[in-house]
Amino acid sequence: MSVLLDRDTRVLVQGLGREGSFHAARMRDYGTKVVGATKPGKGGTTQDGIPLFDTVAEAVDSTDANTSIVFVPAPYAMDAMLEAIDAGIDLVIAITEGVPVADMLKVTAVLETATTILVGPNGPGAITPGQAKVGIMPAENFSPGGVGFVSRSGTLTYEIADLLTRAGLGQSTCIGVGGDPVIGLPTPDAVRLLNEDPATEAIVIVGEIGGSAEERAAEYMRAEGKKPAVAFIAGRSAPPGKRMGHAGAIVSGNQGTAESKVRAFEEAGIPVANAPSEIPGLVKRALRR
Amino acid sequence: MKLHEFQAKQLLARAGIPIPDGRMATTADEAEAAARAIGAPVAVKAQVHVGGRGKAGGIKVAKSPAEARDAAKAILGMEIKGLRVEKVYVERAAQVDRELYLGVTLDRDRRRPVVMLSTVGGMDIEEVAEANPEKIARGWPSPLLGLLPFEARSLVFAAGVSEKQRDPVADIARRLYSVYVETDASLAEINPLFVQKDGSVLAGDAKLDIDDNALFRQPELAKLKEVSKDEETEEKARALGFSYVQLDGDVGIIGNGAGLVMATLDAVRDAGGKAANFLDVGGGAKEEVVRSALEIVLANPRVRSVLINIFGGITRGDEVARGVLDVVRTHPPRVPLVIRLSGTEAEAGRRLLAGAPLGSRETMDDAAAEAVRLATQPVRA
Repeated sequence: MSVLLDRDTRVLVQGLGREGSFHAARMRDYGTKVVGATKPGKGGTTQDGIPLFDTVAEAVDSTDANTSIVFVPAPYAMDAMLEAIDAGIDLVIAITEGVPVADMLKVTAVLETATTILVGPNGPGAITPGQAKVGIMPAENFSPGGVGFVSRSGTLTYEIADLLTRAGLGQSTCIGVGGDPVIGLPTPDAVRLLNEDPATEAIVIVGEIGGSAEERAAEYMRAEGKKPAVAFIAGRSAPPGKRMGHAGAIVSGNQGTAESKVRAFEEAGIPVANAPSEIPGLVKRALRR
Repeated sequence: MKLHEFQAKQLLARAGIPIPDGRMATTADEAEAAARAIGAPVAVKAQVHVGGRGKAGGIKVAKSPAEARDAAKAILGMEIKGLRVEKVYVERAAQVDRELYLGVTLDRDRRRPVVMLSTVGGMDIEEVAEANPEKIARGWPSPLLGLLPFEARSLVFAAGVSEKQRDPVADIARRLYSVYVETDASLAEINPLFVQKDGSVLAGDAKLDIDDNALFRQPELAKLKEVSKDEETEEKARALGFSYVQLDGDVGIIGNGAGLVMATLDAVRDAGGKAANFLDVGGGAKEEVVRSALEIVLANPRVRSVLINIFGGITRGDEVARGVLDVVRTHPPRVPLVIRLSGTEAEAGRRLLAGAPLGSRETMDDAAAEAVRLATQPVRA
């Protein structure tokens, strides 16, 4: 078991441009079933051996795709996400960076009445090691196991997965929720999925300054946590008012500070690592209890 | 991206929100002429991209065109929070009876816009929000429907707006919401929203921040972008696809991925140092990327050492190491470098770096400690 993706995941690629085709090939190398891609006007042909479709609805009809990965550029990303949601795709993973906030507000409003789960945008995607990868992460750094992992970052996620793997701690599913202020699956919702997943024995939560998703995740775990968790917050030394790369990573006034997030986790009995290198040790200790 | 008050007010006026008659001026002469055309008394207001102008002396009321000239002379050229004032806005002074607050921004937790209205507007709205949050009425319109008439009415009732101003304030709220949507704003604010002695309602100030990610479809607003002196490097970095933030320490930082760079900044602080910048080069880190990143970081004269923290993923650690080696050989940097590679082929990368004139460390914590140590050493002759 795992969450979001497994061996039966059937992926449709939206945006088979340079980046999309590069990563579609990496996903196939990993064993992920890439069943099609959309390219309006090219339906019925193939590219790199991937069948092309004019619309998502058509692709779903012909391939039974249940997941899509969105690479289309920011100006068209909202349309791509809405098309996938409209076609009833179960899981949409949006990699695209730089989507306007107003577009994401519309997408998340539509999600409220849909059954689709949207991960991203501006994230690395998700991976269930050994089963399926729907994202842009380097697969070498991940390994199958029982640690569920939620993160707002990209490379920091790979780094921590690498540290866990080297420490013999494999992962159930890793979810990169994305670095934007408005995202489809915020940290608390991703944590809930892992908390309810029988294959996940412990949860690692990697947050950043900005917003209050970490505080809400801590509150949820305090009330309903079924398994041990370990947290890390990036940006403890960031000054207020400066946006640290990710659009969502900004401290405004006393909102979104690292102190508030660390305190929330500690109050929920969740140890907070001072550096990524401390995470595997804390996970091992938490699992022994 | 921030707009100036006079630019924001033009957009409000276009949406039918009442604003005082006003003119732009860049010299004392122009300010005097503007005051004469508008009719005194006028307010002379510094146009800079920071809050707290009033408290810093950037707003003066003038009773005559001659006073407006003196006010402009005093304000033009002054520095407010490090920014030089180059323009003033001269506008007809309102006959203020009361000050309200009206704003629209993003509520991240609810994933909806939030419209805020309060009868205690003015300079200290942040403190009101902190100490008496109940004095600010809030509404969360659907991004699919916009601010509906009943929602605007609920807001004016909840905020306790006086009977005579209810309709005009509700109307202004809906118009401000439409400006927020049409300009892709991250913040649209009228503070204060004046209630004049005759009962009419008027936008006293206006603040409009635009979502940078939406500038591609706001060409008219994108043209208004002003790059101040301390933002020049940030702009240069952006053009290269990097994300750069100037900080006030002496350890230069280069990394790939926002989260990883933030964690590196934290490691430097934990090692007792201070980062000079945040620089995220994005996904890969090939030779030319490392070279331009180093140029940007070293342009800051305060930098005494540079810490490069790269996770080799799709771009492998050995390729990154080759890139760094080439840069160091062809363009020897003026300060010591410390590099830390992790991820795919990191060991191979570290082997390549072994004989090079730079410090290579295996962990982020060790690399940060070394970079901090080097930054505090005397400068080499």
